[in-house]
Amino acid sequence: MTDMTNAAAPAAAPKSSLLQQDARTRRRNAAETRFKAYGIAAIAVGLVMLAILLVTIVGRGTGAFTQTFITLEVALPADTLDKKGNRDPEEMKKVSTFGYKPLLAQAFEAKIAATGGLDSDLDPKKMAGILSDSAPAQLRDFVLADPSVLDRTVAFEFLASSRVDGYMKGRVSRDSIAQDKNISVEQLDFVDKLIAEGSLEKRFNLDFITGSDASDARPEAAGMGVSMVGSFFMMLVVLTLALPIGVAASIYLEEFAPKNWITDVIEVNISNLAAVPSIVFGILGLAVFINYMHLPNSAPLVGGLVLTLMTLPTIIISTRASLKSVPPSIRDAALGVGASKMQSVFHHVLPLAAPGILTGTIIGLAQALGETAPLLLIGMVGFIASNPPDSIASGLLDPNSAMPAQIYEWAKRADPAFYERAWGGIIILLVFLVTMNTIAVLLRRRFERRW
Amino acid sequence: MNDMRLSERAVDAQNIKIAARNVQVYYGDNHAIKDVSVDIEDKTVTAFIGPSGCGKSTFLRCINRMNDTIDICRVEGDILIDGEDIYDREVDPVQLRAKVGMVFQKPNPFPKSIYDNVAYGPRIHGLSRGKSDLDDIVERALRRAAIWDEVKDRLSAPGTGLSGGQQQRLCIARAVATEPEVLLMDEPCSALDPIATAQVEELIDELRQNYSVVIVTHSMQQAARVSQKTAFFHLGHLVEYGETGHIFTNPEDPRTESYITGRIG
Repeated sequence: MTDMTNAAAPAAAPKSSLLQQDARTRRRNAAETRFKAYGIAAIAVGLVMLAILLVTIVGRGTGAFTQTFITLEVALPADTLDKKGNRDPEEMKKVSTFGYKPLLAQAFEAKIAATGGLDSDLDPKKMAGILSDSAPAQLRDFVLADPSVLDRTVAFEFLASSRVDGYMKGRVSRDSIAQDKNISVEQLDFVDKLIAEGSLEKRFNLDFITGSDASDARPEAAGMGVSMVGSFFMMLVVLTLALPIGVAASIYLEEFAPKNWITDVIEVNISNLAAVPSIVFGILGLAVFINYMHLPNSAPLVGGLVLTLMTLPTIIISTRASLKSVPPSIRDAALGVGASKMQSVFHHVLPLAAPGILTGTIIGLAQALGETAPLLLIGMVGFIASNPPDSIASGLLDPNSAMPAQIYEWAKRADPAFYERAWGGIIILLVFLVTMNTIAVLLRRRFERRW
Repeated sequence: MNDMRLSERAVDAQNIKIAARNVQVYYGDNHAIKDVSVDIEDKTVTAFIGPSGCGKSTFLRCINRMNDTIDICRVEGDILIDGEDIYDREVDPVQLRAKVGMVFQKPNPFPKSIYDNVAYGPRIHGLSRGKSDLDDIVERALRRAAIWDEVKDRLSAPGTGLSGGQQQRLCIARAVATEPEVLLMDEPCSALDPIATAQVEELIDELRQNYSVVIVTHSMQQAARVSQKTAFFHLGHLVEYGETGHIFTNPEDPRTESYITGRIG
């Protein structure tokens, strides 16, 4: 019995050696190797695409965060800016930006005199053309804010025009401006002089992040700030509506609702809603919130409501999944000591499902943050050229824009300077999305399942 | 051992705690419990034995209406505890479960501290007057579950960090903390090693002083060791019910005999 080596067995030679693969094994191994290769190839393609995307975005977008500034000393003569001499801001407002324009030309003339002449006979007014169109307004705002500066010479930092900025960033060259009426070779020569002299430089521009949108003629002054405020308000609306409604709906469906054909239909519909194109939600929002309920156009409240509708299925699906993943033994344990259904859900199931719910909510919010199509339909591509506190972009019911809508707006405009800003805007948007996703991952790690 | 229990049994024989009459349970179309009538005595350990799928756990879960949580489950017949029908319209299952505690097959402590595990029941039922009172309840429950000495220094440690046997005793402590009158145990030792099993069995014997204990078990040895009364279930029928010694030594029904001798099951 214990002698397992049966001496009496026929001494037939083994048909195959384990040291040699038979044809079948070789085929199977080859198939496995091929499958692995497909997988690696797919991932490699994905990584290459991601790398190209990141390189392109960073390469084209970082330029938007720097801007060319020109330092210039401007004399502010009281006799032209405050003709009556009583320093009354209301009186001084009668001098429009046109009244300030000649001061800039004079300032340039003084500058040239100080640096020792100019090779070409560039008209001082033309010289001022290398400044942004917003420069006179900047002067005027400064003077109106504090009339005591009159009759003094003050050093200002003006934005350079988008062509000069493009020249500094290599987008504009002497060859490329042959057809361009906005800038001339003489002006670029003058710019070179200013660079050499140190009063023209390119540096980080905070206004791109905090500023408001600007008109087509002044791409150098446009910023993301207002649309960020708009996106922030929308996210606030989405969070305060979608999270409680979504979680409550999931808890009811998952824990309390009877399992019958009605709940089955609801479940199927929720899953389908998650796949409905977002523009459908946009037109629903247009019909219901604006046409029927008469909420204002372009308002973050309406945008938030539309995005809430869009985010709800995502939140409900992920919440139900995390509620399902809580082991039933926990529910039994709570019921077994005499907890009511609601106590068992709120004391035990919900805390265990919380990380999953939070992750799903943040993913849903990130999705909503990047959504553009529904916002176009409810008019959330408002052109808001001024910032809070003195502006209209201050509340839930005031017209506003949103980050992706702003990017879309810029990408539509003709000036290549806006194109650069669109890429820059995408960097800002991606920073937000990456931050939110990182928070989601950290939350999941932090509250890893503890049973 | 069984002889001693036989003599004890005579003392409480009249005291019926749970009376089931013609209980039928259906899972959808499946008739899981067929016409079961049984009287379970107070301060006694009653064991339900039988092959897998015979309905013993199902019947156990009827006694504290845990089957209510299963949508397709339907219960007919009467189950009376102290003469009150627990399936009466007026009965709130939550109140019932406070009176009829349950310990499950797999230890299922809440992912909270040991203290909070035990204190949860008293808290939701408002059994304590203040912190020190609650401390007393927790200590008493842990002592009764014979686990106090092992955990008294780490009451704030998570209950899930204990060993399997300790977790199960913690679950027993959690169940007794609400001062139930009946304690249902659904194969409480099936996930435990022999040493932990011995501890829990010893505990069950002590719990008999205060509670009516109903235990479902797959192990006939366990039923013989801990119970005074045994009910044998087969295919949804209650085949035989009587004193444990009697069932194991002198079964009346041939099916019971086949099962305890290992021929079916």
